[in-house]
Amino acid sequence: MNMISSKKQRLVMVGNGMAGMRTIEELLARAPGLYDITVFGAEPHPNYNRIMLSSVLAGEKEVDDIVINPRAWYAENDIHLLTDEPVVTLDSEARTVTSVSGRITPYDKLILATGSKPLVPPIPGLDLPGVCTFRDIADVEQMISASQTHRRAVVIGGGLLGLEAAWGLKRRGMAVAVVHLMPTLMERQLDVTAGDLLQRDLDSRGIAFFTNGQTEEIYGSNRVEGVRLADGREIPADLVVVAIGIRPEITLAKQAGLDANRGIVVGDDMRTTDQHIYAVGECAEHRGKCFGLVAPLWDMGSVCADRLAGIEGKLFKTPELSTRLKITGIDVFSAGVLAAADESEDEVTYSDASAGIYKKLVIRDDKLVGAVLYGDVADGAWYFDLICQGSDVSAFRPGMIFGRAAAEPGKKPEDAVAALPDSAQICGCNGVSKGAILGCITEKKLCSLDEVRAHTKASASCGSCTPQVQQLLALATGSAVSEKTPAVCSCTERTHEEVRAAIVAQQLKSQDSVRQAMGWKTPDGCAKCRPALNYYLLCAWPDEYQDDSRSRFVNERVHANIQKDGTYSVVPRMWGGLTTASELRAIADVVDKFDIPTVKVTGGQRIDLLGVKKHDLPAVWADLNRAGMVSGHAYAKGLRTVKTCVGSEWCRFGTQDSTGLGVKLEKMMWGAWTPHKVKLAVSGCPRNCAESSIKDIGIVCVEAGYDILVGGNGGIELRGTEKLCQVTSEAEVMEYAGAYLQLYREEARYLDRTAHWMERVGLDYVKTRIVEDEANRQALHARFLFAQSFAQSDPWAERAAGRDAHEFTPMATVA
Amino acid sequence: MADWIKVGQLSDIPPLGARVVETAGGPVAVFRTADDQVFALHDTCPHKQGPLSEGMVHGRQVTCPLHNWVIDLPTGEALAPDRGRTACFAVKIEDGLVWLQKDEVLA
Repeated sequence: MNMISSKKQRLVMVGNGMAGMRTIEELLARAPGLYDITVFGAEPHPNYNRIMLSSVLAGEKEVDDIVINPRAWYAENDIHLLTDEPVVTLDSEARTVTSVSGRITPYDKLILATGSKPLVPPIPGLDLPGVCTFRDIADVEQMISASQTHRRAVVIGGGLLGLEAAWGLKRRGMAVAVVHLMPTLMERQLDVTAGDLLQRDLDSRGIAFFTNGQTEEIYGSNRVEGVRLADGREIPADLVVVAIGIRPEITLAKQAGLDANRGIVVGDDMRTTDQHIYAVGECAEHRGKCFGLVAPLWDMGSVCADRLAGIEGKLFKTPELSTRLKITGIDVFSAGVLAAADESEDEVTYSDASAGIYKKLVIRDDKLVGAVLYGDVADGAWYFDLICQGSDVSAFRPGMIFGRAAAEPGKKPEDAVAALPDSAQICGCNGVSKGAILGCITEKKLCSLDEVRAHTKASASCGSCTPQVQQLLALATGSAVSEKTPAVCSCTERTHEEVRAAIVAQQLKSQDSVRQAMGWKTPDGCAKCRPALNYYLLCAWPDEYQDDSRSRFVNERVHANIQKDGTYSVVPRMWGGLTTASELRAIADVVDKFDIPTVKVTGGQRIDLLGVKKHDLPAVWADLNRAGMVSGHAYAKGLRTVKTCVGSEWCRFGTQDSTGLGVKLEKMMWGAWTPHKVKLAVSGCPRNCAESSIKDIGIVCVEAGYDILVGGNGGIELRGTEKLCQVTSEAEVMEYAGAYLQLYREEARYLDRTAHWMERVGLDYVKTRIVEDEANRQALHARFLFAQSFAQSDPWAERAAGRDAHEFTPMATVA
Repeated sequence: MADWIKVGQLSDIPPLGARVVETAGGPVAVFRTADDQVFALHDTCPHKQGPLSEGMVHGRQVTCPLHNWVIDLPTGEALAPDRGRTACFAVKIEDGLVWLQKDEVLA
């Protein structure tokens, strides 16, 4: 019995999850001190963000990070919290609940927030050690611990939950297979095309799929050993996760005689069929529907808190729902209907399979009623808003599939969020409205995304609303803000920028000392961070750091490009694309002598010898060296080529000696290691025959001098260069280009092309460092030349002379 | 009794690196970890047959140079069961010498 006598009404809540605690928070905001509040939780934890469990599993967050209300919060608000104490009996006549330890607690008002339990199919083997569900912290802890001692996992269920479980386990290093009953994944949220794209992407990330797979048995003697499907297929497993769905937890309600179907029946005011008892969250059934997604739960909490505080009027309305998948790098969005039901509905689709983009909109009576997006979800919030508002889309229907920018040209991205009402929910994970975010920014004078996240929790969970939160911050403060930067790799929480700064500030000069000083989780890193650290150290300490060949990808270690059949390609340097008869003869001789199958002219004006056997490499290089040729570094994250046109020497349009300038630039820059590959071009006139405008550094000669263009990229994502400045002499071109390359070397993240880096820092920043600050430009150029004095040694000549011979010969031959 | 055959010295293999032993049964990659553990695998990634000996060794894993599949050195298993696994071979170190089982690698 509650021993404290009180005149206050007693409010008891069964369940300590997100929906219930949100109700309590809202109630405290409306009527603090109105009730004596007691909360029973079946789990041993305070209230945490259940939807972020997949991020904990994937190692992106810790359990502590996802706690919403720490124990101190309950104490501060005088809430009596009983954890690890499930309620077992509800007596609605006597108005008491009895919890597992025998404690009887009377109530005046009761909230049932019992959530859901995992849906489990009736198959043999569920009780074997190594079988679990994916619902709570205990499940996640079991999965993490299994991933440390076991290798193979099978996830039963290819819906949202199952796929997030599979991805988390994959990230934890397990071999993962997913068994799904239906032919396509996430069939409730995605149409067949999007489901297939999703399967293809996850497949390429190493998750195996068994679709149309009916699990017949989980087998094993002392521990789970595998899963057997109805068609006889067997999948070995050390861990089986059952994640086929959830079912509302209604045991108590049924026991007390409340109306319950799939969930506990509630009215628009969240009251059950007993006037003293409310139900919120996944356990509630409203107008025949139960909700497993988070967004509607916030509204339920708000309505329920109103009623408990004695405020009438607001009713819970069946909401539109949207779905996102929390798998890093896979963008999926779905809202409304998935496909046209009949002729009164139209489907508009856009598909670019090789880019991995697919969009489908379903339109009825000039209104958007459904959207499925895969690969590009930037406009998800806009489509969702159109669905919720029931807006007439006939005016911009033709361009709509291409997104808001195409449909309503002239509108800025922040216009969408500016047009939303204050009540519009921005962060679905944490139920934060636009008004709440703006109010907090103004009141607390917030100016960074991290601050907004800390104060409002908006975008602090799955992060998918980050763009909108940034736009709100921009609206409120009048300036743009940037997102938190990513960690180097899963070995560390540290960002590239933090690591680079520490290397210089703390004088860290070896990989071990960096990993130690920065708290790496792995003793010798991984294939992602080792090359990055090696490069950062080389860049910071060009005269002291000894390059670590074991932290180089094979191409940079053996100074040739590995091909898909395990042979290599060899590209000798041809300065500015110039060659001679004797060089060509030597190349021809090498091709004959070593029986090289393919000779190809490259896009960068070089000659590529393809299909060279590894053990022939040093001899091939020796022959090329003898003819005066050196490595073309066609394999390097470094300077590749300087492409030129013939310029004023031959061309009737040429304004300057573009070929000669190209050779000079290449002689200055060859051998430099950079965050990613670097390509240059010099064109002799604005006709731009050397394609300068898609290069990392492009020079275009004009009558008045030289345009210096930077940050171009002709790869997957085409990006034209931006003009840094115009200069009048070759000497200036050398200084500006050298300074630009050094700035990129010192400040970009490893594997950033100049284009990515420029996207982030912006042209204006680069201009202030190079064009407007002469002293800094000269210092950068000088540092570049200093580094080059250690880098410009032909790696082919070194290896032709015997260095690293072990790379090119077998250890032994066993016959 | 297994017939062991000497293939070289531990010091022939760079730490966090690998060397190849050519055999009639195909190339065998012999890996050396940071703590001088040695593992031998068929030098073929189960994914697209990339030469694992050219990959980067970290912990007890190697990352294939072709498409970044990560292979477990003790078991030869890729982190993706659908692609199968790479055969692994017994290997022993005695007095700084590396030995493989002849029958196994020639099979």
